[in-house]
Amino acid sequence: MLGYLLRRLAQGLLSIVGASIVIFVISRLSGDPIVLLLPSEAPPALIEQVRHDMGLAEPVWRQYLIFAGKALGGDFGNSYRWQAPALSLVLDRLPATIQLAFAGLAFSILLAVPFGVLSAVYRGSWFDTFGKGFAMLGQAMPNFWVGLLLILVFAIHLDWLPAYGHGTLAHLVMPAIALGWYPVAAQTRIVRSAMLDVLDSDYIRMGRAVGNPEWLLVWKYALRNAAIPLVTVLGVYFAAMLGGAFIVETVFAWPGVGRMVVEAVFSRDFPVVQAGVLLTSVLFVGANLLVDLSYGIIDPRIRYDH
Amino acid sequence: MTIEATALPIVPEGGALAALRRRLRERDLPIVSFVVLLLVIVAALGGVALAPHDPNGLDLGNAFRPPFWAEKGSFIYLLGTDNLGRDILSRIIAGARVSLMVAAYAIVFSGGVGGLLGIISGYFGGVVDAVIMRLVDIQLSIPPLALALVMAAVLGADFNTVIIIIVVTYWTWYARIVRSEILSLRSRDYVALAKVAGCGTATIFARHLLPNVMNMLLVLATLQIGQVIIFEASLSFLGLGIQAPDVSWGLMLADARNYLTTAWWAITMPGVAIMLACLSSNMVGDWLRDTFDPKRRQL
Repeated sequence: MLGYLLRRLAQGLLSIVGASIVIFVISRLSGDPIVLLLPSEAPPALIEQVRHDMGLAEPVWRQYLIFAGKALGGDFGNSYRWQAPALSLVLDRLPATIQLAFAGLAFSILLAVPFGVLSAVYRGSWFDTFGKGFAMLGQAMPNFWVGLLLILVFAIHLDWLPAYGHGTLAHLVMPAIALGWYPVAAQTRIVRSAMLDVLDSDYIRMGRAVGNPEWLLVWKYALRNAAIPLVTVLGVYFAAMLGGAFIVETVFAWPGVGRMVVEAVFSRDFPVVQAGVLLTSVLFVGANLLVDLSYGIIDPRIRYDH
Repeated sequence: MTIEATALPIVPEGGALAALRRRLRERDLPIVSFVVLLLVIVAALGGVALAPHDPNGLDLGNAFRPPFWAEKGSFIYLLGTDNLGRDILSRIIAGARVSLMVAAYAIVFSGGVGGLLGIISGYFGGVVDAVIMRLVDIQLSIPPLALALVMAAVLGADFNTVIIIIVVTYWTWYARIVRSEILSLRSRDYVALAKVAGCGTATIFARHLLPNVMNMLLVLATLQIGQVIIFEASLSFLGLGIQAPDVSWGLMLADARNYLTTAWWAITMPGVAIMLACLSSNMVGDWLRDTFDPKRRQL
């Protein structure tokens, strides 16, 4: 168990280091931040001075080592645009992104569990067919378009919810639906197939034979075991929510990491882009790691011996 | 009961084409999806020639015309016009070409690179496998859209960048699935026999391994169409993909967002186009998968 834990931890670290190299190399491939930072009529001496001060004169691999060393200490440099430490700018925005990701995940589960259970219980019925169609539809709609349609209907025409912004629970509803829409289909499928297996098992038949009511069998005894496959992939979906947040935050002007990085891309604010993307990657890897480690806790039948 | 000595004929009766045709008949075709997908392809091939109006033709006198079924709509502009009086149907047709071209390039390259690396990884194993699989891990540890943002910032937003971003994002998908398939194939007798008979590695790849993963590659490619269309639309929507004067569905949505209150059709129609294209290609992909490999329903 300990060996497995250490191995997964090492793998996770390696992924993050790799990700940091990829991000660093790509952001240095072309484009000189100096050009954006200084006016075009700046004297060459000043340009050299700034280049040197920012460490841009060093060879790329040394720049990376310097970058990585500082990044470990939480120093991604100052944002070119805001003249403030990039990491703290991004960290300020993190709670809003996490909040949105959790809300999106909650929405998808709230929909997927009843859909999955009912599709399994009434397998082959109109509900099952409807669920399948709904799932196919969900996977064919881009999340930002879902967001725009929600704004069109619920903010502009019905005037029930605020179109953008952050603060109250009402602000959270539409972004969460737009973000959580996509994974509903896959989650429903997971719950459905797990329920089908469990409903067919001996202990459920036994429970039925001794006269337990059907709702108790389905919603308590069966769902408890059928939920395991879903719970074990929740980390993956949480990570997917973080990825999707980049665009949904932009649609709803949500003050999160994603929107900040998108804006930083347009102003070539590299420190913020690097800090934001790397932070997201760390969360991404961390969530997946937690999932792997939680298998054994959620489902004691799983062993880590090999 | 007799047992046939050659239970599995190497060349199917009547040739490969007849075998394919037989298999295509086995399950009922999703006719509607095929027709929709065909329409999208025709629109993409025909492009501007099929469009009733110039996709970029400005006509301010006819700005914000609703679709024909709405009040004040007209049959001249079937799906209405945008803020500059451009015909939305014509722009959707023009956008189909961009979407499918992005999908075609992206799929060929990511399938090619990913498929090849998957075969190499699975066939050779050992260090090569470990290195390629670590690369996959690294790739998967960065959210696709985040990586896309970094690359778009550096390479500049245009058609080629979109292709590169999609290839970098999706090769892992092919590599992992092909690798696992090759792992089970490489220990088969016919591979060992080919080696004994003196076939080179290239021959084994091309003659014995590739044909066996070809069906799967085709299924993966079809299922990828929808994802690529959505990915490209997302990038273009953010302003990091296709740029005007080229027309893209994502770009149309980005424009329409600015006059959401005035013209509901401008935000609805391009999205419906995306949805129909994705839905039909996904259903055709599902059908292909079930047809080629009934075991793999949950792929």
